Amino acid sequence: MKKIKKIKIKLNGKEKQITKDTKIGKLINDLRIPIKKVAIELNQEILDKKKLDKIKLKKNDKVEIVHFIGGG
Amino acid sequence: MKDQFIIAKKKFKSRLIIGTGKYKNMNECAKAVKLSGADIVTVAVRRVNISDTKKPLLMDYINPKKITYLPNTAGCFNSDEALRTLRLAREIGGWKLVKLEVLGDKRNLFPEMIETLKSTEILAKEGFKVMVYCNDDPLMAKRLENVGASAIMPLAAPIGSGLGILNTVNIKIIRAQTKLPLVIDAGLGQASDATIAMELGCDGVLVNTAIAKAKKPFNMALAFKNAVLAGRQSYLSGRIEKNLMGKPSSPIKGVI
Repeated sequence: MKKIKKIKIKLNGKEKQITKDTKIGKLINDLRIPIKKVAIELNQEILDKKKLDKIKLKKNDKVEIVHFIGGG
Repeated sequence: MKDQFIIAKKKFKSRLIIGTGKYKNMNECAKAVKLSGADIVTVAVRRVNISDTKKPLLMDYINPKKITYLPNTAGCFNSDEALRTLRLAREIGGWKLVKLEVLGDKRNLFPEMIETLKSTEILAKEGFKVMVYCNDDPLMAKRLENVGASAIMPLAAPIGSGLGILNTVNIKIIRAQTKLPLVIDAGLGQASDATIAMELGCDGVLVNTAIAKAKKPFNMALAFKNAVLAGRQSYLSGRIEKNLMGKPSSPIKGVI
C-alpha cells in the first residue's frame, strides 16, 4: 500500500500537519469554516475563493484565514 | 432640502458610526448598535480561531446586508500592514468602503500620517473608498483630500481617552476647507462631545469606547443618537452671535 505522505504548513501562525497535495478548499471545508465570511491568503497572496479547489498545498506554505470581529 | 449623510455617493440614515470593539459580548454590541440607530459599524480584520470554528461570528449578530460594515486597519503600524488588511477585508465580501488607520505610537495611538497618506493614495487608486483616521491637522487633511480620500476623520483626542474635542479651532478650519464628509473619530467621552462635533459642522461622529465602556452602554447609545441629532439640528439652525454683555430677552418698553 502506498504510504500517505504528510507535510507541515503554517495555518494562522500555528504549525499544522496535513496530507501532501491537500487542496486548500478541502482544508477549509474540513475545518468547517464558512467560506463566505472569510478571506484567505497563501504565502501573503490573497486567493480567489472560486479557485480554492484547484490549489494544492506544499510544504511550509503559510495560510492565513481572516474574518471580521468587533473593532473600533 | 433633505439633509443627507453621503459618503462615496452612498446615502446613510444616521450620522453616528459605531465601533464594535470592547463590548462585553456580541449580544450587547448588537443591541447597542440597534439602539444607536447607526447604519455603519467599524469592524476589525483578524485571524479565524481555528481551534474553535463553531464560535458565533460578528456577522451572526450584525447583519452586513442591513448595516454597512466599515473594515478598519486597527493594529497596523505601517502602510504595508494596512494595505494587506484592507485587501483581505475587500476579499471577505467585496467591501470597498474602508477605514484606514495607521498608528504611529503604541502608547498615545496617534496616527502615523506619512504612512497614512501613502496608503490613502494607493488604496484610492485601487478603487477603495477610504475614510481616513487622521490628526486634527488642516494641512494634512488637505493632502489626504488631494490624494483621493473619501472622508476625513480627525481625532478628537487619543483613541479611547474620552477627553472630548481638544482642538475645536482646527476642526473648524478643516470644516471650512473641505467639502468631503468630515467625521470625528476617536477620543469622545460623553454624548455632549458628539453634539459639539456636530455643532462645529462635522458630518458625523465615530464612537466606540464611550458607549461600550459606559456603565450603561444601551442608555449611552441612545444618548449619543440624540446628541448627534441635536448637534446637527443646532448647526443647521444657525447659532446666535456671542456677546460679551447681556441683552434682555423681555422688551424694555412698557416696564412699569
